[in-house]
Amino acid sequence: MYIYQHSRLKTNRLSFFQKFRNFDYILLFCIIILGFISLITMYSTDGGQALFHTKSHFTKLIVFTIMMLIISFINIKYWFALGYLSYLMVIGLLVGTYLFGITSSGSQRWINLYFINLQPSELMKVFIILCLAKYFHRMKLENVNSIYTILTSLIIIMLPMGLVIVQPDLGTSLLIGISGIAVLWFAGVNHKYFIYTMLGFVISLPFIIAFLKPYQKLRVLTFLNPDRDPLGAGYQIIQSKIAVGSGGIFGKGFLKGTQSYLEFLPEKHTDFIFTLFSEEFGFVGSAILLIIYAIIIYRIVVIGASCRSYFAKIFCYSFGAAIFVFITINMSMVLGLLPIVGSPLPIMSYGGSSMLATMIGFGIVMSARVHNQQLIA
Amino acid sequence: MINSSSDNVKKLNSINRRMFITGSLKFFIMVGIISRLFFLQVKENKKYLTLSDKNRIREWKLAPIRGEFHDYFGNIIAGNFEAYQLHIIPEQVDDFRYVIYRIKDLLELSDKEFRKVLKKKNEIKPWETLIVSDNLSWQKFSKINNHLYDLNGVKPVISISRSYPFKENFTHLIGYVSQANQNDIETTESIKKNFVPGLKVGKVGLEKTFEEKLIGTNDIERYEVNAYGRRISQLEFQKGEKGQTLKLTIDTEVQKLANELLKDQAGSICVMDIYTGAIIAMHSSPSFDPNLFVFGISKDDWQLIRNDPMKPLVNKTLQGNYSPGSTIKPIVALSALENGIIDTNFTVKCTGKNEMYGQTYHCWKKKGHGFVSLRNAMKQSCDTYFYEIARKLGVDRLSETAKKFGLGEKVFRDLFDIEKKGLIPNTQWKKNALGKGWLLGETIITGIGQGYIQTTPIQLCLMTAQIANGGYKIYPYIVVGDEQKNQPADKYIPLYENSKNIRIIKDAMFGSTNEVMGTSYKSRIDNPKYQFAGKTGTAQVKKITERDRELDLKTFEIPYEERDHALYVAFGPYKNPRYALSVIVEHGGNGSTTAAPMAKKLFKLIIDRHNLRQSMDDRRYLEI
Repeated sequence: MYIYQHSRLKTNRLSFFQKFRNFDYILLFCIIILGFISLITMYSTDGGQALFHTKSHFTKLIVFTIMMLIISFINIKYWFALGYLSYLMVIGLLVGTYLFGITSSGSQRWINLYFINLQPSELMKVFIILCLAKYFHRMKLENVNSIYTILTSLIIIMLPMGLVIVQPDLGTSLLIGISGIAVLWFAGVNHKYFIYTMLGFVISLPFIIAFLKPYQKLRVLTFLNPDRDPLGAGYQIIQSKIAVGSGGIFGKGFLKGTQSYLEFLPEKHTDFIFTLFSEEFGFVGSAILLIIYAIIIYRIVVIGASCRSYFAKIFCYSFGAAIFVFITINMSMVLGLLPIVGSPLPIMSYGGSSMLATMIGFGIVMSARVHNQQLIA
Repeated sequence: MINSSSDNVKKLNSINRRMFITGSLKFFIMVGIISRLFFLQVKENKKYLTLSDKNRIREWKLAPIRGEFHDYFGNIIAGNFEAYQLHIIPEQVDDFRYVIYRIKDLLELSDKEFRKVLKKKNEIKPWETLIVSDNLSWQKFSKINNHLYDLNGVKPVISISRSYPFKENFTHLIGYVSQANQNDIETTESIKKNFVPGLKVGKVGLEKTFEEKLIGTNDIERYEVNAYGRRISQLEFQKGEKGQTLKLTIDTEVQKLANELLKDQAGSICVMDIYTGAIIAMHSSPSFDPNLFVFGISKDDWQLIRNDPMKPLVNKTLQGNYSPGSTIKPIVALSALENGIIDTNFTVKCTGKNEMYGQTYHCWKKKGHGFVSLRNAMKQSCDTYFYEIARKLGVDRLSETAKKFGLGEKVFRDLFDIEKKGLIPNTQWKKNALGKGWLLGETIITGIGQGYIQTTPIQLCLMTAQIANGGYKIYPYIVVGDEQKNQPADKYIPLYENSKNIRIIKDAMFGSTNEVMGTSYKSRIDNPKYQFAGKTGTAQVKKITERDRELDLKTFEIPYEERDHALYVAFGPYKNPRYALSVIVEHGGNGSTTAAPMAKKLFKLIIDRHNLRQSMDDRRYLEI
C-alpha cells in the first residue's frame, strides 16, 4: 500500500528533466531516421527537386514530430481519460465525412476542417486501440469472454468499419478492424473465437467476393494473375514488381530509379513509395528499412513490457501489432503477395492523416514510456 | 485488493503469453517479406532488369539511304537528292493555329492540302513529328527560313530522297520508287526489316528487282522514354549503311537518242553488245517522268498517264508481243539452209500472188519479183519466196531454229517479272493450246512472221545479235557484274550446224541494207566504219482484205490503230560487227521508211562511242 502510494507520489512529481531522461531514445532516433529516409524518398519522387510533395512532407514531419514530443510529455493517465471521448470524436468526424465529405477519385474519404483536409478513417486506426484499451483496462479476465463484453467491443469495432466501408474504402476499414481485433487478442479473448472467426472467414470468402464491387473483384483476380490485363488492372502490380526486381542488391542509385523517374510507377508518393525506395536502394536498402521498422516495433513492445499499468501495456502491444500489420500489408501488396488494397506505409507514405495518426500513436507509446511507473486507477 | 491483484497477475500472464505468440508470428512474417525481397531483387534481378530496360528504352529507325544506279560511264541515272521538308512538333508550338495558318499562307497551300495536314496532326501524338510538306521548292523553303522568327516550333529539314535526273529516259528500265504499301512489306523481307513510315521502295523495273541490294540499312536511334512514350534522352546512335550502288551497262547518250527518235510515237528501241550481251540502250516509248511517283503521284498526272492511248505504263521492249513480220526472215532462211531444204541456188518465181491450198497469198510487191534466189529474196524481202521455203520447211523445224535463237523465251529470265515470252508456234503447241490441228496455210504465213508468231523487241534484238556474232549463244544483262555470275554454262555454244549458213544470212542482210533494191537501201551508211546490215519488217495488225488491196492507201490515209507496225533489226559495223539493235514503231507504217532511218542515226552514235566504251572496259580491268 505504501509502495503504491509512494510510487504514485513519485511519478506525479516527475520533473521536465526527469521526463526527458525517461525518453526511449532508440525509438526516437529510429523515428527520426525513418522521417529522414521518407524525406529523401519523397525528394526522389519529385524527380530530384524539392517540390510540393517534399516540402509538404517535410512540414508535416516537423509539425507532427513536435506534436509527438508534446504528447509524450503529457501523463498517460490523461490519454486514458480521453479514450472514449477521442473515439467518439473520430466517429463524429466519420459521420461528418459521410455527410459533407470531399469526394476524390470515387470515394468520399476526406473532411474539410477549414485549416486541414483530414481523413478520419486513418485516425480511427489508432483511436480504436485507445478506446478498446480503456474498455479492457479495468475488466476482470473472466469477464472478458462474456457475451456482453465481446458484443460491446465488436460494436465498437464494427461502427467505424461500417462508416469507412461506405466511403467506400475497404482497405482502411479492414485495417481498423485488425487494430481492434489486436486489442481483443491481447485483452485475452478466448483464442477459440479467433480460430472460429478465421475459419468462418475462409468459408465465407467466396460469398464475400460475390458481394464485392466490380473493381474490388478485379483486384482479387488481378492479384491471382497480374498478366491477365497487363496494361489495365495488372499494370500497377507488374510495374511495381519490375521496379523492385530491377533494383537488385544495391539498387539503381539515389534519383536513378528509371521506373519511377520515367513515370511507369503508379501512386509512387503514397502506397507504392516502398517500390521506389526499393528500386533506388536495392535489397540492402530495403532490408535496412525493414530493420528500422523492426526496431521501432520491438521498442514499442519493450516499452509495453516496462509499463506498470495494464492500459499502457495493452495499448503498446496492440499499437505495435497494428503498425506491424500496416507495414506488412503495404509491403506484401507492392511485392505482389497480396491484392492491391489502399494502405499507406507508416511515415514513409505521403499523406497527413496517416502520419498524424501514426505520430499520435508513437506519442502515446512514448508517454507510456516516460510515465511507465504510472498506475491508472 | 488481493483478488484484484491476483486478477492483475492473471491478466499480465495472459497478455505476456499472447505477446510472445504475436512476437514469433511477427518474426516469421518479417522473414517471409525479406525472402520475397531477396527473391525479387537478387534471384530474379536479371529478369526484372530486362523488363525494366524494355520499359524505358525504345528504338527509332530512320529511313535508309537508297543505293544509286549509274550508267556505264558513271553518270548517276537514279540518285538521291536533298528534299526540303517542313516538320512541326505540335507540342513545341505555342499557338498551333496561328503557326499553321501562317504556313498555309507562306506555302500557298490549297484548302485540300491544308485539311490533309490538319487531319494528319490529329492522328499523331503531340510530341511526334508532323510533316507539313515533304518536297518544297527552294524558293518556298527559303521563304520559310526567312519567316522562322515568328514560326516557333517549325523545323525546316533537309532529307534524302530519290531523284531521276534523266526523267523519262530510263523509266521503264529502272522503274521508280514510291511509298511502301502493305503488300511490299509482306512480300519482301528486307523491306519488312528496314521499314519506317514513309519508306520508299521500288515498284517496278530494276528498282524493284534489286530492292534487297538497294535498300541499305536503317540508322537506329535508341532513346529513353517515359511511361507515355515521350523521348527523354538519346542513349545511342547506330549509323546505317547506304544501299549498294548498281552500275548498268547502259550508255545514257544512246538511251537519250532512242528516246528522242521515238518521241511522240509508240515503240521500242534496244541495243545490245553482240559478244557480251550487255544492253547498251533499252527504251520504250512513250515514257513518263518517274519523279512524279516519288512523293506520290497526283490524281491528274496519274489519269493522264493511265489514259494515254499509247500506253506509257507498258514496257514495250519486254511486254510488247508483236508479230515479227519480215524480221523473222533471216531465221526462216537459216532454218531452211540448216535443214538442207534449200541451198543458195534455190530459186522461186514470184508473180506477186500465189494460189496455194485454195487461198491466195500475196507478195508485198504486186507485180512480183520474178525469179529470186535466197540472197535476192532476203534483200528485197520477197514474201513468195518465203512462203515457198516455209511450206517446204514446215513449222516444227522453223520453231526449233527460232527457239534456239532465243525467240519464245524470256531474254532476261527472272530479272523483270513483267517480261513476256512471246510465242513461237508449232503443231504440238496448237494442239495443246487451241485443241486444233495445224493448217499448212498457217505455216506459210509464219514464214513471213505473221499469224500466231509473237516476239518481243528484246527477243528480236537478241536474235539479231546471235546471228551477227556468228551464231553463238549469249545471255543479255544490264547490271555490270552480272555477266560473271548468273550466266548459264551454255553461254557461247554454237547455235548453228554449219557456220557457212550464218555467213550466207549475214551477207543477205548486208545486201538488204547496202545494195540497190535492198529494202533499207535508203538508210545505208557507206563509210565502212559505220556500215551496218539489217532486215526490215512490216507487221500487219489486221488482215488485209481484197478491198484494201484495191484501194492501196498511203500510210497516213489509214486510221492510226490500223496502220502496220514498222520493225527493223540490224547489226554493225558489218566488218567486225559489235552491236545489234531492234527498232519497233507501233503503227509506224513501214519498216524501211520509219524504222530503218532510226537505226542509221543510232549506229552513227553507237559506233562513235565505241572507243570510249572500250576505254571504260580497260579501266575496269585496271581497277581490278
